[in-house]
Amino acid sequence: MQWETVIGLEVHTQLSTQTKIFSGASTAFGAAPNTQACAVDIALPGVLPVLNRGAVERAIRFGLAIGAKLNRNNVFDRKNYFYPDLPKGYQISQLALPIVEAGELTVLLPSTGSGTAEEKTIRITRAHLEEDAGKSLHEDFHGEDGRPLTGIDLNRAGTPLLEIVSEPDLRSAKEAVAYARALHTLVTWIGICDGNMQEGSFRVDANVSVRPLGQKEYGTRREIKNLNSFKFLEQAINYEVRWQIEQIEDGHRIVQATVLFDPDTGETRMMRSKEDAHDYRYFPDPDLLPVKLDEDWIAQIRAGLPELPRQKQARYVSELGLSAYDASVLTSSKWTADYFEAMLSSAGIAQVKACANWVTGGLAAYLNQMDSSPDLCTVTPQQAASVVKRVADGTINGKIAKEIFDALWKGEGADADQIIEARGLKQVSDSGAIVAIIEEVMAANAKSVEEFRAGKEKAFNALVGQVMKASKGKANPAQVNELLKNKLGAG
Amino acid sequence: MSLSLQDVQRIAHLARIRVDEAEAAAYQTQLNGIFGLIEEMQAVDTCGVLPMSHAQDLSQRLRADVVSESDHRAAFQAVAPQVENGLYLVPKVIE
Amino acid sequence: MTDTIKHLSALLVAGKASSVELCQDYLGRIARLNPQLNAFVSVDPDRTLAEAQAADARRAGGNVGIPAGPLTGVPIAHKDIFCAEGWLTTCGSKMLSNFVSPYDAHVIEQFKLAGMPALGKTNMDEFAMGSSNETSYFGPVKNPWDTSRVPGGSSGGSAAAVAGRLCPGATGTDTGGSIRQPAAFTGITGLKPTYGVVSRYGMIAFASSLDQAGPMAQTAEDCACLLNIMAGHDPRDSTSLERDKEDYARDLSLPLAGLKVGLPREFFGAGLTGDTARAVEAAIAQLQKQGAQIVEIGLPNSKLSVAAYYVLAPAEASSNLSRFDGVRYGYRTPEYGNLAEMYEKTRAEGFGPEVKRRIMIGAYVLSHGYYDAYYLQAQKLRRLIAQDFVEAFKVCDLILGPTAPTTAFKLGEKTADPVEMYLSDIYTIAVNLAGLPGMSLPCGFDAQGLPIGMQLIGNYFAEARMLNVAHQYQLATDWHTRAPPLPETSGVRW
Repeated sequence: MQWETVIGLEVHTQLSTQTKIFSGASTAFGAAPNTQACAVDIALPGVLPVLNRGAVERAIRFGLAIGAKLNRNNVFDRKNYFYPDLPKGYQISQLALPIVEAGELTVLLPSTGSGTAEEKTIRITRAHLEEDAGKSLHEDFHGEDGRPLTGIDLNRAGTPLLEIVSEPDLRSAKEAVAYARALHTLVTWIGICDGNMQEGSFRVDANVSVRPLGQKEYGTRREIKNLNSFKFLEQAINYEVRWQIEQIEDGHRIVQATVLFDPDTGETRMMRSKEDAHDYRYFPDPDLLPVKLDEDWIAQIRAGLPELPRQKQARYVSELGLSAYDASVLTSSKWTADYFEAMLSSAGIAQVKACANWVTGGLAAYLNQMDSSPDLCTVTPQQAASVVKRVADGTINGKIAKEIFDALWKGEGADADQIIEARGLKQVSDSGAIVAIIEEVMAANAKSVEEFRAGKEKAFNALVGQVMKASKGKANPAQVNELLKNKLGAG
Repeated sequence: MSLSLQDVQRIAHLARIRVDEAEAAAYQTQLNGIFGLIEEMQAVDTCGVLPMSHAQDLSQRLRADVVSESDHRAAFQAVAPQVENGLYLVPKVIE
Repeated sequence: MTDTIKHLSALLVAGKASSVELCQDYLGRIARLNPQLNAFVSVDPDRTLAEAQAADARRAGGNVGIPAGPLTGVPIAHKDIFCAEGWLTTCGSKMLSNFVSPYDAHVIEQFKLAGMPALGKTNMDEFAMGSSNETSYFGPVKNPWDTSRVPGGSSGGSAAAVAGRLCPGATGTDTGGSIRQPAAFTGITGLKPTYGVVSRYGMIAFASSLDQAGPMAQTAEDCACLLNIMAGHDPRDSTSLERDKEDYARDLSLPLAGLKVGLPREFFGAGLTGDTARAVEAAIAQLQKQGAQIVEIGLPNSKLSVAAYYVLAPAEASSNLSRFDGVRYGYRTPEYGNLAEMYEKTRAEGFGPEVKRRIMIGAYVLSHGYYDAYYLQAQKLRRLIAQDFVEAFKVCDLILGPTAPTTAFKLGEKTADPVEMYLSDIYTIAVNLAGLPGMSLPCGFDAQGLPIGMQLIGNYFAEARMLNVAHQYQLATDWHTRAPPLPETSGVRW
């Protein structure tokens, strides 16, 4: 039987506010345990929540960025359950009237062999504000009687989260990853989340089910909790899908459940079934009043929104003539797009392709070595533009350009010209000088010359290589080709 | 309506309150008495009436996103049942 | 009257007494009488006297700092529901029997700013759940008028302390009548302000959308002075109203001519005992004599208020009390095998039976499948009940009726039947549901010599008008000056 996978994602994004959603305690990461947990965060008797304007502002920004409906009147509810890292015994969240409803995000799917990338629009059901819980540390704590204990750190308790819930529109792990990546790009792009997945700023829950291809009804879903990397997201879904299909094909039924993914084994395992699912007893929080969104405020936030990834992408294709693929890579983060645009403005519009190539190629490769952290980029867009300009005007060739980038990366010069000057890397385009080198090389490599003349084409490339080497890479490669051909032809 | 013993045990569990069998029976009687008082409201037609959550029809005030709290861990943990290295300790949480 | 706040303030202003002397006198009285009344759960004479000394220094002037106000140096008692830094703050519960608060409630801060020394923390029904003060972990409070009777609840300790002259005034809180009903049972004056007038920050929550703090004292005039200190916007409470500071004593001396008093026919029906009905009717006649006009009004949905209240208040309470889990403060059971057991035993042992009953009712009405039938329905009734008042205030300025259907009942009389206990708040609950201000003031005594209270209900923010009417009534009557049969409650103390 042919199976279809159905996936919906719930993404918890930590909002990049200075303070907690309901208290004035700092949200800075990495403080000593419980030193950033104030009276409200540890739920002392008598304390009360007051909503952070910054959190609401970020939720509105997100809603506008996905073309969603903003609920002008939205309400906070209490979700009641007991857990040691949930100090009040309830989480303040939004159930019936979330701040954001009914938006969408169009993502570029990875090409499926045919070469052209395909677009898909994923519907976003809702995005609601809520508070994060604290952290349970299961390290080695023991009581006087030797019993194992868990340590509770409430620094994270009360950190604002925007939970973004998609419709079950995703049909494969790859689509889920493409959507999650696009969402990650968007929330960092509009500056509402730092996107740091190691620190838990962007956490994904995946609702996964399978059904026979063509069947209308959804299968029973299982929810994979707390995936904190795109790699794990893909692995977990793939494992879960295989597992579910096997279960059904073996004649079992899927039981609704919450599961955890174990990166060590690559498997999902059950956390709790629906039977012991919580009865959360949601009700409107009497300590918080309905949140009314002012039209002027919304308009002000709208005016402050940057050009969004998709808008930019379309513009790069239509105005700059870049391929859809290049445009999508260049808009994969705000930093990348800003870098590209700064470089382009310094290099000039004629160098658009060269700039795009550098950002999507060389720069990406350098950054990969640095854990892809843009903070560690040492070459400014203006420096990069200086290299591209010298290639364009024939001062250097592509090979030398790489050497200069490398030098710039290591901080060995202020711009391309300085390095070219200091190292004497100017391209040799003087035919006389090149011919002199060719003659030397032909004399020293009589065997290759023989082979070429005997019809061995490969020998030509060997000779070009020798000439380039002898010129220390500075010879103009096009001229070398042409002049060598002439020499060899002339016998 | 009337609550069964199982209902009593279910809500006692939801509320994380240990209730033994004798207590459950007593709670069942008392809670059913209270629900007898509450039931009269079921007779009222409230079609079209907006639920009222707050005494005042006002909207939420928003706080400026500025840090206003400092570290009071020592004072807060002075009244805690069990702490170590700044952490609150509880019996091991098993997932 | 020689021991009202107004009188004590005048003594301090005139330099005829010091705050230290006043506090020493009251502390001595507490030491002598509290074993009998159990009105206070904590006293800390050193702390009180230190605050009194500071108040005297402030009044002496010359000192840098905040200048003295009219009440600087007048002592006050606080219901043990208010977090007060360095004080044991128990909320009448074993759960918090070891909790020394690391911070001050807004109300406590306001009294500290005013320079009013705290005499101690008063006993109360556990987590303010009760109408007789019998649910306190620290034992019941006794009514100073008859120590075999309850003082009412939940602010029973504050009421008994004021009535027994163990303090000149006290703070209370009122979720369904917890200031007004004990005020009536003990023959004192108590006011529950409009919801949102006094900050709830630091006041341990029972039912957040209903809870409101207010003053309890011998006279309406004293209540006005105390409310002036308690009221005011607090950014830490999202439901605290942003209103300009007002002087609640500003209208005290206005005449009552032209006042329209509404009498809800639902408050004078069956269930109201003869003595209470007669006393309230006499009070109406008195007000008429002072120029008030009487209009009959209807509050047809008020009969549903007890039912709606016993859904909404327990629902909010069940959630509010989830934080008491033995993890960060308060009681933790000594014996437990695992986390689940720690939670369940801590809460089973830390909470008393009434609190557990209400938590369970609350968990039930919010649980899956019952929310619409109970919680949502109760919220709709709440609106109908509130709308009744909107209609009523189109034809009257104030509503008047009994505070409670009976006078103080015997200790143990209603503990076996929660429902009967709940019905003692039948006249007060609707006011909390609507968020309106309400007050109780003495208007007579029954055949057994027990005080009777009448209730005034005002429109939103009508506190000054209510206090005006109460004050004018108290100028013409002397019910509020009667003291219970305890030693030293009559005659000149100052």
